[in-house]
Amino acid sequence: MTATDNPQTTTGVPFTLNGKAVEARKDELLIDAADRHGVHIPRFCYHPRMNPVGMCRMCLVDVDMGRGPGLQPACMMPVTPDIKVDTESEATKSAQDGVLEFLLINHPLDCPVCDKGGECPLQDNTLSFGPGESRFVEEKRHYEKPIPISPLVDLDRERCILCDRCTRFAKEVAGDPLIHFIGRGAQTQVNTFPDHPFSSYFSGNTVQICPVGALLAQPYRFKARPWDLETVESTSAVDTTGARVLVQSSRNQLTRILGLDSDAVNWGWLSDKDRFAYQVTESENRVTEPMLRRGGDDLTPSRWSDATKTAARALRGDPARVAVLGGARLNIEGQYAWAKLMKGVIGTDHVDCQLSDGLPAPMALGLPRATINQVCAPGGVVVLLGPDPKEELPTLYLRLRHAIVEDGVSLIELTPRPTSLSDLAAARLHCVPGTVGQVAAALAPGVSNESADAQPADQMTAARALLDGSRPVTVVLGRANLAESARYTADAVGALQRLVPGVTFLPALRRGNVLGGLEMGLTAGFLPGGVRRAGANFPAWPFVPDFDGKDADGIMRAAANGEIDTIVLLGADPMEDYPDAALAKAALERVSTLIAVDAFVTSSAAEADVILPAALFGESDGSFLNLEGRLSPMLAKVTPPGQAKADWMVAVELATALGIDLGFVTLAELRAELSSMATTFASVDWNRLASADDGPVLPLKRQWVLEFGDAATPPAPSSYGLRLVVDHKLWDQGTMAQESPSLAGLAPPALLHLNPADVEALGLSEGTPAIIDRDGATLEAPWVADPSVVPRTARMAIRLPGFDVRSLLTVGRSVTNILIRAAGGTH
Amino acid sequence: MATNTYVAHAPGYVDNDGPKIVTRRFADPESHTLERYLATEGYDGLRKAMSMAPAEVANLVKDAVLLGRGGAGFPAGVKWGFMPPVWPRYLVVNGDESEPGTYKDRLLMERDPHQLIEGCVIACYALGLNQCFLYVRGEMALAQERIAQALNDAYANNFVGKGILGTDVDIDVVLHWGAGAYIVGEETALIESLEGNRGMPRLKPPFFPAAKGLYLKPTIVNNVETLSNLNWLLINGADAYKQYGSEKSPGTRMLAVSGHVKRPGVYEVEAGNISFRDLFYGENYCQGIRDGHELKMFIPGGGSAPWFFGDQLDLKLEASDVGAAGSMLGSGALVVMDDSTDAVRACLRLVRFYARESCGKCTPCREGTSWEEKILERILDGHGRQEDIDLLLSVGAQISPGRYPAASFEDAGLSAVPFPPRQTTICPLGPSSVAPIVSAIRRFRSEFEAKIVLDHGDHDEVDHDHEDNHDGHGHAHDADATAVAAGGH
Amino acid sequence: MSRLTPENELLASEIISRYPRPKSALIPLLHLAQEQDGYVADDAMEHLAELVGITPAEVLGTCSFYEMFKREPVGRYLLNICTNIACQLTGGEELLHEAEKVLGVRPGGTTADGMITLEDVECIAACTEGPCLQVNYRYEYRVDPAGLRKLVDDLRSGARTDIPHHGTLQRVRQHIPADRLGGIEAPEVAGTPAWFTARQAPPSEQKAGS
Repeated sequence: MTATDNPQTTTGVPFTLNGKAVEARKDELLIDAADRHGVHIPRFCYHPRMNPVGMCRMCLVDVDMGRGPGLQPACMMPVTPDIKVDTESEATKSAQDGVLEFLLINHPLDCPVCDKGGECPLQDNTLSFGPGESRFVEEKRHYEKPIPISPLVDLDRERCILCDRCTRFAKEVAGDPLIHFIGRGAQTQVNTFPDHPFSSYFSGNTVQICPVGALLAQPYRFKARPWDLETVESTSAVDTTGARVLVQSSRNQLTRILGLDSDAVNWGWLSDKDRFAYQVTESENRVTEPMLRRGGDDLTPSRWSDATKTAARALRGDPARVAVLGGARLNIEGQYAWAKLMKGVIGTDHVDCQLSDGLPAPMALGLPRATINQVCAPGGVVVLLGPDPKEELPTLYLRLRHAIVEDGVSLIELTPRPTSLSDLAAARLHCVPGTVGQVAAALAPGVSNESADAQPADQMTAARALLDGSRPVTVVLGRANLAESARYTADAVGALQRLVPGVTFLPALRRGNVLGGLEMGLTAGFLPGGVRRAGANFPAWPFVPDFDGKDADGIMRAAANGEIDTIVLLGADPMEDYPDAALAKAALERVSTLIAVDAFVTSSAAEADVILPAALFGESDGSFLNLEGRLSPMLAKVTPPGQAKADWMVAVELATALGIDLGFVTLAELRAELSSMATTFASVDWNRLASADDGPVLPLKRQWVLEFGDAATPPAPSSYGLRLVVDHKLWDQGTMAQESPSLAGLAPPALLHLNPADVEALGLSEGTPAIIDRDGATLEAPWVADPSVVPRTARMAIRLPGFDVRSLLTVGRSVTNILIRAAGGTH
Repeated sequence: MATNTYVAHAPGYVDNDGPKIVTRRFADPESHTLERYLATEGYDGLRKAMSMAPAEVANLVKDAVLLGRGGAGFPAGVKWGFMPPVWPRYLVVNGDESEPGTYKDRLLMERDPHQLIEGCVIACYALGLNQCFLYVRGEMALAQERIAQALNDAYANNFVGKGILGTDVDIDVVLHWGAGAYIVGEETALIESLEGNRGMPRLKPPFFPAAKGLYLKPTIVNNVETLSNLNWLLINGADAYKQYGSEKSPGTRMLAVSGHVKRPGVYEVEAGNISFRDLFYGENYCQGIRDGHELKMFIPGGGSAPWFFGDQLDLKLEASDVGAAGSMLGSGALVVMDDSTDAVRACLRLVRFYARESCGKCTPCREGTSWEEKILERILDGHGRQEDIDLLLSVGAQISPGRYPAASFEDAGLSAVPFPPRQTTICPLGPSSVAPIVSAIRRFRSEFEAKIVLDHGDHDEVDHDHEDNHDGHGHAHDADATAVAAGGH
Repeated sequence: MSRLTPENELLASEIISRYPRPKSALIPLLHLAQEQDGYVADDAMEHLAELVGITPAEVLGTCSFYEMFKREPVGRYLLNICTNIACQLTGGEELLHEAEKVLGVRPGGTTADGMITLEDVECIAACTEGPCLQVNYRYEYRVDPAGLRKLVDDLRSGARTDIPHHGTLQRVRQHIPADRLGGIEAPEVAGTPAWFTARQAPPSEQKAGS
């Protein structure tokens, strides 16, 4: 199976299907060809996104290849010219009847208490194709009833029909073969190795593709019956991939998220964060009414009108002393409303929806975009100049992995450390922080390897060969290291653009709708539509800011210096989520008024003077702009709790409190204005968005040219110990995971990863923690020797329980050098 | 050396009168050593082969019509020709002999390992490949040791490995061994197993080994006995080879005859030239059914073959004739059952084998074989129901639809249904379980009915009668046996 | 129990080197683990997973498919009695019941002294010599009840020094000296042997010595 945008370019293969002359596509499997012609052949093991195995035998149909009819598995058989297929023959029916009877002899009759009941392929196929009753009078196979195989998934082996879907998914798709067939024959079962749980980021997919109720999602168990569920198609906002999902609710509660098979985006797969983070909406810690700090007292519930009046007062001052942080959680409509409120009404340009952990806005907005399908197109070359996609954009990771494993895509890693794709990479260039720009520049023909900071010659040669222009090249671009200035990444981007004319980029940022936020102008210097503030004409806005604002770092510094009076936090939690913890604390403590638009009293919101309760995913209608520039719907399935409101409505309420008409009171009005203001949205047909297959990819053309300055000087080699690499794990202490009961415990403890050679050089001994020293600031950390760590670097993930690596980070440093010594020792 | 007698150091082997190709060194107690092998035309075939172009060697094998001895009887030379011009390619030797009743490859591996190794190297040379894996059944420790020793000696003396016979030809032969799974004898399962996986068969097409075999590269899977012919064949040539045997089945083949004959044994015979009657009753062979008994039925080609009866005794041991008569010669395993045999018990024993050995991949085999076993067990335990007989046939028909291959009974007016059976499964294991069911019910339905009728009487008496009636081969569930400590299975 | 000893780990890497892909060595390596401990321990499987670059679940998937691999300790001797068709006809089932009586265990069970584990097994390719059995995969032919009793006594008394303990299959191993190895390459890189390309025509009078 390949991702092809245009599968019908080849001539058809004529064949006869139940007496009708039809055509299959070249190499198309009979089961798929029949599906397209409206003939459903029952199946269990076949799944269109995985390699067929032909083992359940449910799809046996009569095929005459010229020597008389015979039973063939439709899932393993590419259609060949002129075959005659009969899916309704006596032999076919008898085979279907037989397979179903066989599957049922050991299947328990517990449908009434089974989560799958009502949406069960075994149930459905039995009704449509099966025997009336079982002739089996022997004793059924017995296993211990559901056993947990991971923190999220239970397995009921008695119900399992051994179709190999989950096990194939784990190995082929996720690359985590932690569940397997065990035993043989009728005693075969699916299971894990003892004490090695199925702890895959993608475990929930197995529940969705299980054709019976053998694999069960713990968060969903006994929560609802399929016929009680209401469903809308929506988009996951967990990261910028924008995985398409079905959102289901029962009795005004979100109960389940399923992957939607979007050919362009996620092929039906989800990460467990996409799938289970909906539980956040049900958290008992939700803020469901406005909160107000009166005098120096604690935050107490208040009325919307009081809260917005207080907030409005703080926003009325000098716009240059007002700032906005965050906005990546918001949908496009919320982002537009807030951009208009803050920039077009209040008049500040100190706005940033990134928290110093993304890419410079001009780069994120200005680079030519690739689509996921272009990146994954067979035969291409992909440069990974960013984080480990498995940890930060897991659904995109599955597409990349498939492209490399199945479709001949070659990967070049240009990363500070090996990623989850390293084993599959064709060239691995692991760059010590500060060197990625020069390594990328050294890939140009004629440049000697000496300037490539000691990268292995064979890897450089392999990378050069892949970039010789004979194959299309795309770049997956993101922020691989929070302890390293993004300017080195920018240098690498510039080098790649010079080396590969026409190269396109996929900005692999992790924060939900952050690319929507940038597009809507929630960033300094830009207005909706990716338009430069300077000289922009926005007739529907009262005015546009008359100065170029600061980014998050600038805002933090200014606030800490007393130059900012009011900060609005749009779902941002800088106290926990801004890389420089000390600066965030100083900034938030210094401002006179802190306004938080949030669903939780986060560490930052706890410092706020006003909290305005916001609706979350699944509680408000809107749309999402993913990393490709694809606009897709993000719809409400339940009503927000209490007095929480959609973000755009909060903006309208605030405008009202300011005595200003924001210009729209309905979503339709907002969207009409958005389309007329943001040129990139001019062609959007909002009415059709919800019904469009994958959503349109917007033409993100810019009227300005992205310019790169001179390459940054690489930081001088330091004798000062190791260079720090800080990145993210999928499971961390972020609000979304922490407030979802079944995800809260999944974050691993914080750990300092060191190359074994450095461990030895540093004289660390096992069991003794390390003391990390950065300019006198110290941190005690448990450590592990990890051969995947590049020598002379040290790696840690942010926001994990144990210790807070942010105490080592200072905004504005090009790289972070640290000293390490054994605890208790002297240095 | 005395002929037409058992050979003490090769248990089961009968050194009968007649031409010998693959067993011609068996009479020598030291036939497995390199020294004795070299003294008896050892590696002369390889020398001959390497004086020829690889394609000439392949043509010679094709000309000789060397039939595969693993069961399907397909000409090895033709099979070799199916390999596309793609490298790397592999030779995998199937020494996973485990078909019930089959007993010949083990003797070849234990008694004459160099003959097999020489065959491997000749085949590799002919096929232009340099990696051969010799897959020996896990339970055959002695065969593994003998091959390991022989390979070590052959490597040391330049018959295998780098620079074979002092030339530039490099061919490695690697001993691999299994771990107990009948299904691994199926060639695609063998390949899976050799890849370190569960031995579950692959679907053909698309996974015909000659095109997509080991590591999805072209792979020839040949049986031990097939390759053991190459030393003789290269030395003596195709014409000499075709002097033996029948036109359709040239040469000789090894047959294991077990069960109720006077002289069970492994014989090398010119198969197409003799009949089942010759084999079972001939003085040069098995010398008749044991005293006081008559033939009841026999399995002509391993446990998977539908049964034959007296009506088929005069058939020649010719694959095509046996196939047309409703069974197969298969792997050369003949099991003779006399009139003391309980057809239902024999049926259960064979069905249980397939239930225990089903890999579990295809639904009909995984679920169907164990269902068949349960029904048969219930019948033999005295809890059978009249409908169980047809249920058995019906379950069988869901594994193997259509008319199942069967022998003709002229007395009953039943005609033959030719081999092979159809299948709803990937491989023939599931359908094989149907062979004993159809064979036994078709011929001995009354024996099933008798057990079901007996069900309505007293239980202990049932078992008692049962044992008395069958020469001590009863379903022995005596009191002592049930009293012994239970062991987890 | 245990991971492979350093000695066995060395042997394991030699075995792995004989295959184009490491995972192909898995079954021989599982035998090696069983030879070391008498059964295949969980720790050993984890170790093998590291050695061939797969997950422990994949090792278990393979291991559990093959009945020779025991994942719990068994007796010093595995007594496998064939009851398949040819042996059934010649008394294999009766021999099994005799063994149950003599040993006091059912198939799958181990005697209290830990010496013998009894199994009823499928055809072991000695069909003309039924009823037959194997002790640690070494044959005994045409075994009668008296022969069985003597065998059990001999095993218990240590008289059968010809039979190694359970787990040891080959007392002679294949060993390919480095200078004798033709060369095993991964399927991704292996190509057409040079000698084959050079020998498309009959070699002229190629005399080979040995």
